[in-house]
Amino acid sequence: MTEETLLSARDLNLHFGTIPALVSVDCDLWPGEVLAVVGESGSGKTTLLNVLSGRMRADSGVTWYRDPQSRLHDVHAMPAPALRALHRSDWGFVHQNPRDNLRMSVSAGGNVGERLMAAGNRHYGSIREAAIDWLEQVEIDAARVDDMPRTFSGGMLQRLQIARTLVTHPRLVFMDEPTGGLDVSVQARLLDLIRSLVARLDIAVVLVTHDLAVARLLAHRIMVMQRGVVVETGLTDQVLDDPQHEYTQLLVSSVLQA
Amino acid sequence: MNGYNFAYLDEQTKRMIRRAILKAVAIPGHQVPFGSREMPLPYGWGTGGIQVTASVLGAADTLKVIDQGADDTTNAVSIRRFFARTAGVATTTDTNEATIIQTRHRIPEKALREDQIIVYQVPQPEPLSKLEPSRAETRRMHALAEYGAMHVRLYEDITRFGHVAISYDYPVMVNRRYLMAPSPIPAFDNPKMHMMPALQLFGAGREKRIYAIPPYTEVRSLDFDDHPFRTTRAPQSCALCGADDSYLDEIVTDDAGGRMFICSDTDHCETRQAEGHSGTGEPITREAAE
Amino acid sequence: MLKVEALDKQFTLHLRGGLRLPVLHDIALEVHAGECIALAGPSGAGKSTLLRSLYGNYRADAGRILVNHAGEMVDIAAAPPRTVVQVRARTLGYVSQFLRVVPRVPSLDIVAEAARDADRAEAQSRAAALLHRLNIPARLHALPPATFSGGEQQRVNLARGFIGGHPILLLDEPTASLDAANRDIVIAMIDEAKARGVAIVGIFHDAEVRGRVADRLLHVSPLQDAA
Repeated sequence: MTEETLLSARDLNLHFGTIPALVSVDCDLWPGEVLAVVGESGSGKTTLLNVLSGRMRADSGVTWYRDPQSRLHDVHAMPAPALRALHRSDWGFVHQNPRDNLRMSVSAGGNVGERLMAAGNRHYGSIREAAIDWLEQVEIDAARVDDMPRTFSGGMLQRLQIARTLVTHPRLVFMDEPTGGLDVSVQARLLDLIRSLVARLDIAVVLVTHDLAVARLLAHRIMVMQRGVVVETGLTDQVLDDPQHEYTQLLVSSVLQA
Repeated sequence: MNGYNFAYLDEQTKRMIRRAILKAVAIPGHQVPFGSREMPLPYGWGTGGIQVTASVLGAADTLKVIDQGADDTTNAVSIRRFFARTAGVATTTDTNEATIIQTRHRIPEKALREDQIIVYQVPQPEPLSKLEPSRAETRRMHALAEYGAMHVRLYEDITRFGHVAISYDYPVMVNRRYLMAPSPIPAFDNPKMHMMPALQLFGAGREKRIYAIPPYTEVRSLDFDDHPFRTTRAPQSCALCGADDSYLDEIVTDDAGGRMFICSDTDHCETRQAEGHSGTGEPITREAAE
Repeated sequence: MLKVEALDKQFTLHLRGGLRLPVLHDIALEVHAGECIALAGPSGAGKSTLLRSLYGNYRADAGRILVNHAGEMVDIAAAPPRTVVQVRARTLGYVSQFLRVVPRVPSLDIVAEAARDADRAEAQSRAAALLHRLNIPARLHALPPATFSGGEQQRVNLARGFIGGHPILLLDEPTASLDAANRDIVIAMIDEAKARGVAIVGIFHDAEVRGRVADRLLHVSPLQDAA
């Protein structure tokens, strides 16, 4: 655990029966950097995301988190209330399917304001203002603040999820295939939004994706996983343009060019 | 005593319920599960309240039972007679005389005293039930004091209606720690729970939960700083006793929109009338009511 | 500003049974502020490979690539990714041979983002001016470059590379898809950069351009005979 990393995992191991999900995985994340974890199905990338965020426990290994006061916390030894509070404030988690993280029968404003209310904000006016501000930041028409998410398109739902997650200015956001399942044109706009928000707000991101183009666009660093093992890690454009490991070379050469 | 144990329930059951009550009193607002028994009334008719009353009732107690504020409805009469028969205790309609008051959906207008106990009949003890279908999850939310979802609900009301549109069973924070469902009493009654000198016990028979508010406990209705909680009542005065500060029932008197507004708390109304207060005694027309 | 020592680079193609292709061996070079070095040599000799290695886009197998980053010499070949990102942000700029198109972002924003100005309006106006200078008219500024011609795309790429004000610039065939008029503009921009003290390493296939901007040449010969 060096001086400045925000999140550090060492020697994570996890098997589901005989299936290796994580094999001696190390992972570091610095403030403000985007780390993409790529791999095919069964690579362990989503499992890694779940273990790093404390949603799942590894068989062995440790994950450290450095809070804003620079104190270290063992993510898996934290008491449940503390971990849940962390997930509502300093951390965020963007799910692939936005419906997993939205209240579909609560207005857009209510969805965005929920983390503020959970954090103790009791002023209706200021909550609503913050919600409107965030809707604008994710390019949703502010006039829709009182509309139900049921009336939103897939891309809008994902942007709403992002607004809901970022409203408490988390320093670390976990993203699980944030553009998966969206139309291509919608993906492009969403990726650009994520790119600019992350850069502007100096958010550290662990981004799981199977799409190398998404990794290239968003990430500073990339980790390539195959069957639970990290086969290569480094600067995104270097790993994608000059892959050293056999599996990485296979992945990169398999991408279709439009 | 007709072959019944005192107050119908066997001693072991009463002991079990008292243990639950002690736990509930020790953790104000926290729902304590208990082994709810088969009672001679079906679920939904006050079995929880009856079991709590049966467990705290003593031979020297005087019992009052009200239903929506009235002593003379069928259910209030039935339950009062039930305890008269199975416990042989004195019963009354006078709030002042009572030592135990079992109530469905109202708190008496008259302020209660330290030597009194009020037992509420509760249909749904879980204040988060409409927001979170999983009981396991609501238990976790209570344990971790994660009540954001309820504030979201209030936020939605203000967005949609300009004010919180909960008129009964308005959620409260007890002792600054637990979110509690006060039972379907009108929001008008909520302030009475705050720092009440009497012990407040809540029993839900079908859901098998008991909770409590010890005397002089802080009870705050949820609100926003810029949308504070306000009580509402019909603006009229009682047609019988003229009271303008009690909770009123609206009674339709004809098919042309005529209606009378009368105190919901029958004892309160009768007492005032006995003291010489009176109202118009007349129904009012539809136009006047609006 | 930039100093290369004993640089080796080879490619190992695992998908071709581990076939090794050595491309660079024992490369040395030094560039000073205000200087332009042109990499010269036949096609396939490794000029692009060398340029990309200087940027950290390709991994060096041996040797050092020292960059003067805010007064300190940083070895790109050995630095951790985080450091390379920082060096690229402030010190080392790169104009690739082809624009890698980001979908749906207008050309103006592509260039303005690279300007790294604190004030967005300021960045956008500088970007507009530079695009204009490179003969990308205002009506194209709001369009993403995906539908532009090759020459137009390259000019957006150049604008993006030059606007950042990096003290070291790596240029890979900057005038390849341009006509004579635009070529002259780019040459002028390179001259202005040199006058400002920018150190430049470039690949110019056009001998005339090379002659006009390069102060020195570095010959890169192929390691393997084309067989």
